[in-house]
Amino acid sequence: MSFINYMAREINCKLVYYGPGLCGKTTNLQYIYERTNPEAKGKMISLATETERTLFFDFLPLSLGEIRGFKTRFHLYTVPGQVFYDASRKLILKGVDGVIFVADSQIERTEANLESVENLRGNLAEQGYSLDKLPYVIQYNKRDLPNVASVEELRQMLNPTNQPDFEAVARTGVGVFDTLKAVAKLVLTELRKGGT
Amino acid sequence: MVNPQMVMYEEEFNQIQTVVDRLVRDANAKVVAIVDKNGQLIAGGGDIDNVDTTSLASLLAGNVAATGGMAKLLKENEFATQFHEGEKANIYIQLVGRQVIVVVIFDARSSLGLVRLRVKKGGDELNNIFEALSKKVAQPGKDSPFAEITDEDIDNLFND
Ligand SMILES: Nc1nc2c(ncn2[C@@H]2O[C@H](COP(=O)(O)OP(=O)(O)OP(=O)(O)O)[C@@H](O)[C@H]2O)c(=O)[nH]1
Ligand SMILES: [Mg+2]
Repeated sequence: MSFINYMAREINCKLVYYGPGLCGKTTNLQYIYERTNPEAKGKMISLATETERTLFFDFLPLSLGEIRGFKTRFHLYTVPGQVFYDASRKLILKGVDGVIFVADSQIERTEANLESVENLRGNLAEQGYSLDKLPYVIQYNKRDLPNVASVEELRQMLNPTNQPDFEAVARTGVGVFDTLKAVAKLVLTELRKGGT
Repeated sequence: MVNPQMVMYEEEFNQIQTVVDRLVRDANAKVVAIVDKNGQLIAGGGDIDNVDTTSLASLLAGNVAATGGMAKLLKENEFATQFHEGEKANIYIQLVGRQVIVVVIFDARSSLGLVRLRVKKGGDELNNIFEALSKKVAQPGKDSPFAEITDEDIDNLFND
């Protein structure tokens, strides 16, 4: 649910990075944080375990600039990918305006990717959202590893409806901003339609 | 979509700010902030410049969401109040209506009893303001300023 503030002349939108454990959601946010000018970002918050697995969420506030005199602000969140944190994932999806699904391209993570998309679809449906109606992009991450599935295979499994999708190496930043821009565009386009 | 869009206008903002400023004084608070359940800061008062309110709002919303999740497990509707006691600072959190969180940060110059009392009164006022606001938003003809934006506007955002 976006928040239009006529007083502060700004619009706030919530983006959520979803995907199986260790697929690289937190790494996406870390890269965005490192590569964004100080005046365009706030503090990055990571609620993580001692082994740096996301426990509840990561949070990064970003300003993207102005449209028609309104500042556009995006609140980026990641969910914890580990299966047993499902209750937390549901909470973080509340009020979401756009979703980035980060897939782990490694062949041995095929099952985990599919389960995670199903989990996303189900958790959205519980809150009355439909994945097919929400601004949604897909990122095939870890393209640098040797044991990856081909993009065609991944696309067939994870992107049957032809959403914008991107190859990425989040660790070095390849594809990270392209993914973010694509979903931000979809969210703003949605706002134009009336946005509610 | 299920959620109505959250909108804030100048008129309601000023009413909210008035309540917040009074709450700061009446409760002897260091900081008072109004946050929406999705983690957006709506208004703040007191020594707000010394607090990272964006981070605070997001953590607060996470906290309230997690607490709400626990309430559900216990078949409670909601835990509407939370209190965290520190060595120097304390935090009092109160849910107002369905979408709004009031947070008061205070120290030894105030007390839990006083804060609780003042928040109760301020909370009722805030509830009325937000209810009026949601009716206003639901009215037709309140089109978003984004209805007219072009692809070019959107593309321009990313051209640097
Ligand atoms: N080789 C390679 N490693 C990556 C890439 N992206 C992330 N990683 C690594 O994968 C591991 C997990 O990354 P995270 O970003 O913590 O994964 P996550 O999706 O946030 O995991 P959870 O918090 O458990 O859900 C880290 O060691 C990253 O450095 C990539 O593109 N290539
Ligand atoms: Mg993580």
